[in-house]
Amino acid sequence: MTSMLSRRSLLKAGAAGLAASALPLGFARAQTPIVLGAVYVGPRDDFGWNQAHAVAMDILKQVPGVTVIEEEKVPETDAVAQSMESMINLDGANLVLATSFGYYNPFVVETAKKYPNVQFRHAAPLWNEATDPKNAGSYFCYLNQAHYVNGVAAGLSTTSNKIGFVAAKPIPSVLSNINSVLLGARSVNPAATVQVIFTGEWSMPVREAEAANALIDAGCDVITCHVDGPKVVVETAETRGVKSCGHNASQAPLAPKGFITGAEYKWETIYKIYADALAKGEALPNFIAGGYHNDMLRNSAFGAGASPEAVKAGEAAIEALKAGKPIYVGPLKDNTGKLVIEGSMDNYDPVLDGMNYLLEGVVGSIT
Amino acid sequence: MTAVVSPPAARPISLGPRTMRALEALVIPLGALIASALLFSVFLILLGKSPATFFSLIWTGGFGSSFSIQNTLQRSAPLILTGLAFAIPARIGLTLIGAEGALVLGGFTAAAVAIPLVTGGIAPVVTLPLMALSAMAVGAVWIGLAGWLRHYRGVNETISSLLLSYIAVAIMNFFVEGLLRDPASANKPSTMPIGDAYRVGSMPGTSVHWGLAAGLVLAVALWILMTRTTFGFAARMTGGNVRAAKAQGLPVGFLVVACCAIAGACAGLAGFYEVAAVHGQANASLVAGYGFTGILVAFLARQNPLAVVPVAIMFGALAASGGLIQRRMGMPDATVLVLQGIIFVVLLVSETFYGRIPFLQARTTGDRT
Repeated sequence: MTSMLSRRSLLKAGAAGLAASALPLGFARAQTPIVLGAVYVGPRDDFGWNQAHAVAMDILKQVPGVTVIEEEKVPETDAVAQSMESMINLDGANLVLATSFGYYNPFVVETAKKYPNVQFRHAAPLWNEATDPKNAGSYFCYLNQAHYVNGVAAGLSTTSNKIGFVAAKPIPSVLSNINSVLLGARSVNPAATVQVIFTGEWSMPVREAEAANALIDAGCDVITCHVDGPKVVVETAETRGVKSCGHNASQAPLAPKGFITGAEYKWETIYKIYADALAKGEALPNFIAGGYHNDMLRNSAFGAGASPEAVKAGEAAIEALKAGKPIYVGPLKDNTGKLVIEGSMDNYDPVLDGMNYLLEGVVGSIT
Repeated sequence: MTAVVSPPAARPISLGPRTMRALEALVIPLGALIASALLFSVFLILLGKSPATFFSLIWTGGFGSSFSIQNTLQRSAPLILTGLAFAIPARIGLTLIGAEGALVLGGFTAAAVAIPLVTGGIAPVVTLPLMALSAMAVGAVWIGLAGWLRHYRGVNETISSLLLSYIAVAIMNFFVEGLLRDPASANKPSTMPIGDAYRVGSMPGTSVHWGLAAGLVLAVALWILMTRTTFGFAARMTGGNVRAAKAQGLPVGFLVVACCAIAGACAGLAGFYEVAAVHGQANASLVAGYGFTGILVAFLARQNPLAVVPVAIMFGALAASGGLIQRRMGMPDATVLVLQGIIFVVLLVSETFYGRIPFLQARTTGDRT
């Protein structure tokens, strides 16, 4: 079966060579067939994190010389090590993309040590140059920039000035998204507040629905979230007749009436960089961190829930972020009154990766 | 083996009732497996997929190469132990479905016990057995509790063991996200890693951890215990008829709690290997469903500790090839679950064939344990 697969890839690569002049993409002249193995923790159509990755894979499947093999619902146990090894041994994968946070340590690290000729990239900023294998690496996008845009659009679409946020766990990346929604909303609507409920789990649909309902009952008229699959939250908001902002992938089809916009990853930018480098026989970058400035994020197309001013301000915010406008501009206090940010922080400042507070204006507690 | 209601001496001895029984216990599950495969093939054909490809991929992914075999065995290791955790109480008539909780709590205990020992620099030779023993002890107490509640308070053991599972997971989360959280595990709360020096390695020449060997040894030991000792005889007699067992003066309460404790110890040991061999720390990854898959394993093995081993390996192979099927046939992850579901249902139906297939019957029929 392995030989069959690589033969197919070779054929594709050959055909690609013939068509190379007509193709704008650099990796059309593939020398080595690229077998890219993607591992997902949940279903590929979850309207969330996994879908964001799978959509990018679909784009890569069109690239000549690249074979994408995918496995979904692989738990964060040694099952993922087995899956990656199976892709390498049975399918001849030479690039493995492990897309869930808990895959990294120990599974990606140990599998990378075992297979030094295979490249591993993991979707979270965990790769450590000093200790981790050189054939492993990380890629990550600062989604809080797109949540900032959500906040801007939400701030101009709310009438109660209360934005509800259903959050999974009080960890830095989630807290940064909540705080960015607040700062985005406050930048256009100083009266806006963000009310947050933590569910404690990445995927707990029942509790997510309860949280969304509780926030709506408390007067929030825009609901957004950071959970693995925002489907339930967005659908709950729509059925309750309030507006919503998305997260991870586009949830626009779920809320034809109330969808404002959503924070989306644009993983294909990174995946094309990888495929391109592999095809040219170049070393893959070990660490890619991105945001709006390098085309690694997008906001879902504005929906019916966005007011015309919201669309205009949202688009302006995107342009400003592309130009490097900082989100965290001090002095900023947390919601217990403690000064947490003094000056202006670059959007990629590593200090922000350790965020452990909710800003003043966020109603909720992380403990 | 036979005397549940009446003592063996009271029955006419015919040639090989035990052999016939063994044959029946082999033929019926195998028939059920074949029937399931046929049913599943119909399902595949309806989807426009080739059953031949499917089953050849199961073979490739499960046993087709030394890598595949190791992949299968690695996945079977925890299932043998959790299968035993269901099978042993089943012999005494209890349906305990709480192995998941005992596994999680056992794994967590192992990780927690390791923290002072590892930081204190105690040698792995001492630390690892202590971790294993405490994991088994906690598992034993946890499932033993369900047995105790059953016998002394009349609480349904199926419900209580399931609910205890949720409590076990909550206890682990409570400590892992609080008191015992390693500050370095910012985005995935975990206990302190035990470190490479304290990890249980792989068996020589393989990538399979020692949990498999432990499972094999325990399966044999428990089979001997349940079929070749007075303890096992008394336990099975209790399983057949509690009142009769009591009337005979058997220590029913002790037997019930002991069987549950053995089960809990097996699951706790599985948790120990998850921490010491696989994860190196305790976190939410321990809640992987092995405890629940173990129920299926034990069911298919008809609660026979020895049969748990090949059945666990079969489930390991299904899991190992599930990914390959997704990748090669473009079928969703649920495909293998559909197959497992069909196997389970057909197996339940096949239970009704025991004692009813003429050519498999010895002269005497009827009582089975």
